[in-house]
Amino acid sequence: MRNAAAERFSSPLWRDRGLASAALSEMEKLALLAAAKNGGRVNFMEVCGTHTMAIAASGMRRLFPEGLRMLSGPGCPVCVTSQGDIDRVLSLTAIPGVIITTFGDMLKVKGSKGLDLHAMRESGADVRVVYSPLDAVALAAAEPARQVVFIGVGFETTAPVIGAAVARAKKMGLKNFSSTAFFKLVPPALELLLSDPGNKIHGFILPGHVSAIIGLEPYRFVAKKYRVPCVVTGFEPLDILTAINMLLKQIVSGKPAVEDEYFRAVPADGNPAAKKLIREVFTVTPASWRAIGTVKNTGLSFSKAYAAFDAVKRFGIKYKEAPEPKGCRCGGILLGKALPPDCPLFGKVCTPSSAVGPCMVSSEGACAAWFKYGN
Amino acid sequence: MCLAVPGKIILVKNRNAEVDFSGVKRAVSLDLVPAAKKNDYVLVHAGFAIQVLEPKEAEETLKLFKEIYAQSEGDAFSGPLAHNRP
Repeated sequence: MRNAAAERFSSPLWRDRGLASAALSEMEKLALLAAAKNGGRVNFMEVCGTHTMAIAASGMRRLFPEGLRMLSGPGCPVCVTSQGDIDRVLSLTAIPGVIITTFGDMLKVKGSKGLDLHAMRESGADVRVVYSPLDAVALAAAEPARQVVFIGVGFETTAPVIGAAVARAKKMGLKNFSSTAFFKLVPPALELLLSDPGNKIHGFILPGHVSAIIGLEPYRFVAKKYRVPCVVTGFEPLDILTAINMLLKQIVSGKPAVEDEYFRAVPADGNPAAKKLIREVFTVTPASWRAIGTVKNTGLSFSKAYAAFDAVKRFGIKYKEAPEPKGCRCGGILLGKALPPDCPLFGKVCTPSSAVGPCMVSSEGACAAWFKYGN
Repeated sequence: MCLAVPGKIILVKNRNAEVDFSGVKRAVSLDLVPAAKKNDYVLVHAGFAIQVLEPKEAEETLKLFKEIYAQSEGDAFSGPLAHNRP
């Protein structure tokens, strides 16, 4: 098993097999020391769907030392979007003459009535997958008689991108373009997890591309207040292995900090232009999270200056709490309290081709990654 | 969904760039990295460059890996140090 999975760390150097196996040997030593310090198991959490996929695809999970466990946290934007917000997205398709534009990930996320955007399209709704929100702005300019709505969900990486597209639409004077702003913030999500006294998280693999925007400062409280180690991490196998070792070293030394392994893309202050744009276009608001509920100061929605571009306001779409799919444990998985195989539906009634919960629907959901790569 | 891909800017016109992703060229907005210029490497997410990448720092990372794991058994360094991804 060990060799087969190690085979996947092929060259180039970012995936170099010799370096990876050296990293894993070091991990074995460090994990023993960290476990002794910790009084048992060491649990780390990645908070980014792209990390979830990178970890699963590399096969490294099988090579981790005994006693070290990686949990997938609330890092997949589609997965953390509440059932009520998914219902709001679906109800937008009922507006006469509307064109719904979205990233592909949202197409098959089911609302509380079991329908999804894909099903709405089959029954006649105009739903189009775009690569960039700018494609949606261009579509609005080309179709002045139609309302074009972009489905904006995501974290701090995606918020400024959609914000910049909306700012362009405003500059162009487009009256037929709007977007949802169901954005979530990563640092408050970490605080939500850590403030649960029953949490068993001993370190965070912090999201590389969220951090490329927000920088390191917003995470300081994790190390200071909660004494939990943090490492901003890149997406190559060696990045992830090295970051895990850095987390283990922080436990061993008893000095939790926020370190930056991905400094080739993440300067300490992030991206000042993107942060400025976020402040201009959005305002911090309550957000509704799957399995957690609505929590104040954990999301972004449009600021007063951009309120005219808020699809929810423009079309008067109300929020209604909706229950999660029966038996689905996505919620527990997002909170680090369960792994995909702990769910009774996993791999039986819930598979990528007929997914029940969003962790299986999204290509970067924990269940989809687990199912696809079998670890 | 926070997937971002590195590419090299080959042309800048206003705040729009043409970016080369290992041979595939695409239009990319520079609205979020106003200081980016031709020949810079950028990290691109959903049609926008979100950060300028430093090839020097990528090299430094690889060098660090090499140093940290210098005692490695087996067939290290099968690839060139100056890797094509920044």
